[in-house]
Amino acid sequence: MLTKRIIPCLDIKNGRTVKGVNFVELRDAGDPVELAKIYAENYADELVFLDISATEERRKTLAQLVEEIAKHINIPFTVGGGISSVEDVALLLKSGADKVSINSAAVKNPQLISEVAKRFGSQCVVVAIDAKQIDGNWKVHLVGGKQPTEIDLFEWAKKVQDLGAGEILFTSMDNDGTKAGFANEALARLSDELHIPIIASGGAGNVKHFEDTFILGKADAALAASVFHFKEIDIQDLKRELQSKGISIRI
Amino acid sequence: MTIAIIDYGAGNVKSIEFALQRLGYKSILTSDADVIKVADRVIFPGVGEASSAMRMLENTGLNTLIPQLKQPVLGICLGMQLMCDYCEEGNTKGLGIFDVDVIKFHTKLKVPQVGWNTIHNLKTDLFQGIDEESYMYLVHSYYVPKHKNSIASSNYGLEYSVALHKNNFYGVQFHPEKSGKVGEQILKNFIEISI
Repeated sequence: MLTKRIIPCLDIKNGRTVKGVNFVELRDAGDPVELAKIYAENYADELVFLDISATEERRKTLAQLVEEIAKHINIPFTVGGGISSVEDVALLLKSGADKVSINSAAVKNPQLISEVAKRFGSQCVVVAIDAKQIDGNWKVHLVGGKQPTEIDLFEWAKKVQDLGAGEILFTSMDNDGTKAGFANEALARLSDELHIPIIASGGAGNVKHFEDTFILGKADAALAASVFHFKEIDIQDLKRELQSKGISIRI
Repeated sequence: MTIAIIDYGAGNVKSIEFALQRLGYKSILTSDADVIKVADRVIFPGVGEASSAMRMLENTGLNTLIPQLKQPVLGICLGMQLMCDYCEEGNTKGLGIFDVDVIKFHTKLKVPQVGWNTIHNLKTDLFQGIDEESYMYLVHSYYVPKHKNSIASSNYGLEYSVALHKNNFYGVQFHPEKSGKVGEQILKNFIEISI
C-alpha cells in the first residue's frame, strides 16, 4: 500500500541551512548535506530544500549544493526558491535534483509549468501555492506570502494540475508558524477536487496534527520545518505513532 | 567492471551514477553505442514522457542497439516501460523486449502514484537478501499488468508488475537509486548478477 509521506523542509541561504537546528550529533548544523543525511537515516520519505538567498551567484551556488546533496542522499528531494525559467529547472535537474518546486513564477507565467512538464515530465514539477483566507475566501499570495492576489486557491490548483503539475505543495499562511495544526478543510477540498497528490504545509506542532492532516485533510504528504529541526518531534517516533493509528506509513 | 548508464537526454541520470558511487562502483554516462556494447553492465534509465523519450532513443539509434545487448541490462522506471511492446502514453511503440503493454492507472486513487509502496512476490537474484514487503520509491501514471516475466509485484488499486525479467534483461518500475539502503542493495545485486 502506498504510504503517506513525511517531508522535512530545509531553508538554504548561500549554500547553508538558515533556521537554527538543534541536533547535538551534528558537527556542522549549518551544513545542509549533513542535516539531510540524518533525516534520510531517520526515515524521512523525501526532503525539500528551499533556497532563500538573493545573491547573483545563487544559481551556481545552489547547483553545486544540489550536486553535493545528490551524492550523499538516497531518498528523493525537491529544490525550490526563485525558479523562474526552464533553464533554471534544467540546471537543477542536471545537478541531481529529483523535483523542482515552482511558486511565484508559475503565477506570473503559468506556461512555465507546461513547458517544464513537457520537457522533463510532470513527475518533477511541484507547484507550491501559498494562500490565506481573505473574507472567508482562500486567495493565492506571492513573494513568500507577502503579496496578495485576486486568484482563488482552488481555481489556481485546478489550473496548475491541467497545465501538467505532478504535485501541489499547499502552504496555508493562516496556519504557518502557529503550530496549531494544518489547514485541513482546504486541504481536503483540494484532494477531493484534484487527482494529483497534495502536500500539506504550515501549522505542524504535534503528532496529532499530522494524524489529522492525513485523515481529515486527506493529504498525501505533510511538510514541516521547525518541529523537526528543533527535535520537538522525532520522525521515527512520529511515524510509529501514525502507524499505530492505522495510517499507512513507511517505517 | 564497466557500468554504462545510457544517457539519451531523458531524466536524472546523475542520481544513478551517485548511487553506484556510494556502492563503490564507477560508471560512465554515455550515448556511445561502442561504449555501451562492451560494458559489463548497462543501466537504461528514464523519466518523463514515453513518446519523446522513444524519439530521443531513435535519434541516437539506441532503439536498435538495446534489444541486441547480451550483458545484464537494467531498465529503470520509464526505461523499463520502454523495454515493453507498447506504451499507452503518447501511443508509443516500445523496444519489444517484454511482450506486454504498459497502460494507464484507472483508479479512484491519485494518479500519478507518488511515494513509497511495498513490493512482494520477489523472484530472481535481483532481490537476493531483500525482504518481502520492502518499501520502494515510485513515481508513475502507467503500469505493467501482471505478466509471465514479472519478478515482483506491488498494489495500487490493483496488483501489477513492478519488476520484469527475461534472459539478460531486467526492469524495475521503482527507483532503486532513491529507495534508501534497500534500493542500493538491489542495484548492488544487479551489478553482481551472473547470467
